[in-house]
Amino acid sequence: MASVGKILRRTFLIGSAAIVGGVAFGAYYVSRPAANPLKPAEGETALSPFVLIDQNGVTLFAPRAEMGQGVMTTWAALIAEELDVELDQIRVLHGPAAAAYYNSALIGEGLPNKGYDISNFQQNLGEALGVLGRTLSLQVTGGSTSMKDGFERMREAGATARETLKQAAADRLGVDRSQLKTENGAVIAPDGMRIPYPELAEAAGQTEPPEVELRDPSNWRLLGQNLPRVDVVGKSTGTAEFGIDVRPEGLKFASVRINPKLGGEMKGFDASAAEQMPGVEKVVDLGNGVAAIASNTWLAIQAVEAIDVDWGDAPYPPDTDAIFTEIAKAFDASPNSTMRDDGDADALPAGATEITAEYTVPYLAHSTMEPMNATALFTGSALELWCGNQAPTLVQIRAANTANLDKEAVQIHTTYLGGGFGRRGELDFGEIATKVAMAMPGVPVQTTWSREEDMRHDYYRPGAMARMRGAVKDGQAVLIDGKVAAQSCTQQAVQRYTGIPGGGPDKVLVEGFFNQPYAVPNYRMSGHIANLDIPVGFWRSVGNSHNGFFHETFMDEMAHAAGRDPLEFRLELAEAEHAPSAGCLQAVKEMSGWTGNTPNGVGRGVAMTYSFGTPVAQVIEVVDEDGTIRIARAWIACDVGLALDPGTVEAQMFGGMIYGLSAAVMGEITFSDGEVEQYNFPDYDALRIHNAPVTEVKILETNHHMGGVGEPGTPPSMPALGNALFDLTGERARALPLINQFNLLV
Amino acid sequence: MATALKINGKQHQVDLPDDVPLLWVLRDEVGLTGTKFGCGVAACGACTVHIDGEAVRSCQVALSDVWGDVTTIEGIGTPDSMAAIQQAWVDHQVAQCGYCQSGQIMQAAALLAENPAPSDTDIDDAMQGNLCRCGTYPRIRAAIHDAASKLKEA
Repeated sequence: MASVGKILRRTFLIGSAAIVGGVAFGAYYVSRPAANPLKPAEGETALSPFVLIDQNGVTLFAPRAEMGQGVMTTWAALIAEELDVELDQIRVLHGPAAAAYYNSALIGEGLPNKGYDISNFQQNLGEALGVLGRTLSLQVTGGSTSMKDGFERMREAGATARETLKQAAADRLGVDRSQLKTENGAVIAPDGMRIPYPELAEAAGQTEPPEVELRDPSNWRLLGQNLPRVDVVGKSTGTAEFGIDVRPEGLKFASVRINPKLGGEMKGFDASAAEQMPGVEKVVDLGNGVAAIASNTWLAIQAVEAIDVDWGDAPYPPDTDAIFTEIAKAFDASPNSTMRDDGDADALPAGATEITAEYTVPYLAHSTMEPMNATALFTGSALELWCGNQAPTLVQIRAANTANLDKEAVQIHTTYLGGGFGRRGELDFGEIATKVAMAMPGVPVQTTWSREEDMRHDYYRPGAMARMRGAVKDGQAVLIDGKVAAQSCTQQAVQRYTGIPGGGPDKVLVEGFFNQPYAVPNYRMSGHIANLDIPVGFWRSVGNSHNGFFHETFMDEMAHAAGRDPLEFRLELAEAEHAPSAGCLQAVKEMSGWTGNTPNGVGRGVAMTYSFGTPVAQVIEVVDEDGTIRIARAWIACDVGLALDPGTVEAQMFGGMIYGLSAAVMGEITFSDGEVEQYNFPDYDALRIHNAPVTEVKILETNHHMGGVGEPGTPPSMPALGNALFDLTGERARALPLINQFNLLV
Repeated sequence: MATALKINGKQHQVDLPDDVPLLWVLRDEVGLTGTKFGCGVAACGACTVHIDGEAVRSCQVALSDVWGDVTTIEGIGTPDSMAAIQQAWVDHQVAQCGYCQSGQIMQAAALLAENPAPSDTDIDDAMQGNLCRCGTYPRIRAAIHDAASKLKEA
């Protein structure tokens, strides 16, 4: 049925297919050269539409996780730009789990595949998982290859649809396609007559898609503008549907408790009291935990908490001190990677002053506003699963394996995500909901975790340590020699997703550490992997989230040792290495009126991190108000290369900074007796409206490639605040969270 | 025994134990899912609704203790007919993930009903119980100021 158009990219065919009363335009996946083992077998998969036009109108598919970063709007805008439709006249849907939607989730389609070299496989998988961890980035502006693919592919999908509709109109009118124009969802004939797309849809389904050319950016109507988000009305009226809001007919409500000694076994349980509680219909043995199904979520939570469970021990040291002792031991072993080794880092340059410092940051929870949940309906031969998720194809495979079904028998409905930050890239919430629903076949069951369960069963940002050695001479940095030690998110995630042990150099562990744009002649940065079984995962900005603090606090210490202004010290090093990074430092210098001097009672700090292809510099100002320190103001400059929606970029830069500052001020997950000691927001809080700084954001576009925006705002915030506190108090912040050392306003 | 509740102007008979929090009556029994579950301990504000116009954390009000008429986010406006505060939220493109915003809007609506021209400090005091992990605070502040001035003109 499908007719395939021109090969627009090596990997991708934008085609069209006739559907009932209309046409779908989309992508077929075809195999790539065999060198990359992660690609599907030869041949096409079914067409996955990006544009669907039928008698009901125009529907665009934005199959990326909308967790607040605005990706659905910008993704739709890429299509709409070429298709000549207005975003308020069309529907935008997420669409099903489908291989062709997910470049970065090719692992989902490619596993397990035959004939690949295992080391290449692991390396590629590591890269793919790195992308997965970055799904917080506004994907269409991401610096990775797949994001660039999206940037071009979606415009190609829109252009192909437009020209095919025009061809269908040309055939009908007996004119040449070049005589036709398009505007606001219609083809315009030479005499001015409007033919709405739905009227042409059926004929377009029979029309060979012509070759297309993308419009020059100077002609863009939508891209580069502040666009109204397609989800904003729903999210302002309580009508946007999150995972926790789905209400299939006959829905039951469940809650869950898994061993708080993470990864430990369940030795046994007594549910006799719970089974007698009001509204309770069933208690479910999950193997490593229990669930209660009831007529109401709250009744289910009460019941599951009333179950008496005998938990086995955790497979890691029981308390925080012992855990960090293990992390420190990793420094003694040979490094997992040394991805930067310039000059001679062993020797101290003649006449230079050496400085050293050690830094520590804690484990962190994602703490999304929407507690983990998913809803499942198991019929025995099929499964439907509703949830917010960052990786539908992986959720689909995990649910299929759990229910012992073929992947094709599992249908995934992706809702809005009440925050993701990396947490919704995991698969546990879908697996647990599947197991619970299997206990009640034919009945849809929504399994909602209590906040306490969510906080204490995360895949945490790993606690990390750094040992830094550097040297300055004549006011300049002449040596940086750094080591970071932490658990490897990447290796653990590979094991978790695939069952295959992860291996090889872990770039994620050292991102934001080895790749910072400073011209320092002797520069060596190594990563050491700590072998611990605490569940760890991708937390907004991932390795950059600890390395930004390590690197940029140490830069400040070096500047201080060199007797230099910390902003000028960085600016000089960046100018010699990477102009866009220097541009960001220059911008915050001007925006903040940086002089290097602050009045008594005021402190300022600066930091800059290059991550996800985007350099971000921040200046933070703190004020001492009768002994309480308030984060008063912030200035952010980023260079994203191309800002497809400046309003969204600004929101992500500010939001990313607040996420980082929240962690820097008060974020800390600790362990005792093998259990996480934090339960809920009162002991794992975040910045709120009264202690968030007044902020100014500047977006630069000199970078030669598009960078990400969802994560790069996070890493520099933590060192910028620590450096500001040093400026204010003279006390250096070498450990987070800062509330343990400074009297910050909370 | 069924409990009578008036929600968004409509009478409901709810047959649930007395101690079930209003939040879970609204979400799982009445089907009003705009009010969100965030923490269950009145620490985040996602579940904020009005009882007789007063902003309350519905996760802390037992069914048998509901003392007046309940208004939820669905009761103050709809996508086709938004309240001024909701329109301000749209105009300022406040929402990111959006999960906390029902509670933010209900808290802000109660603030404006009590104080038609709130200062930044008033906003800080009224809104600091409402957590937003996306960090939409500057736009929340701007939207409240904007709604206040629009309501004044009206």
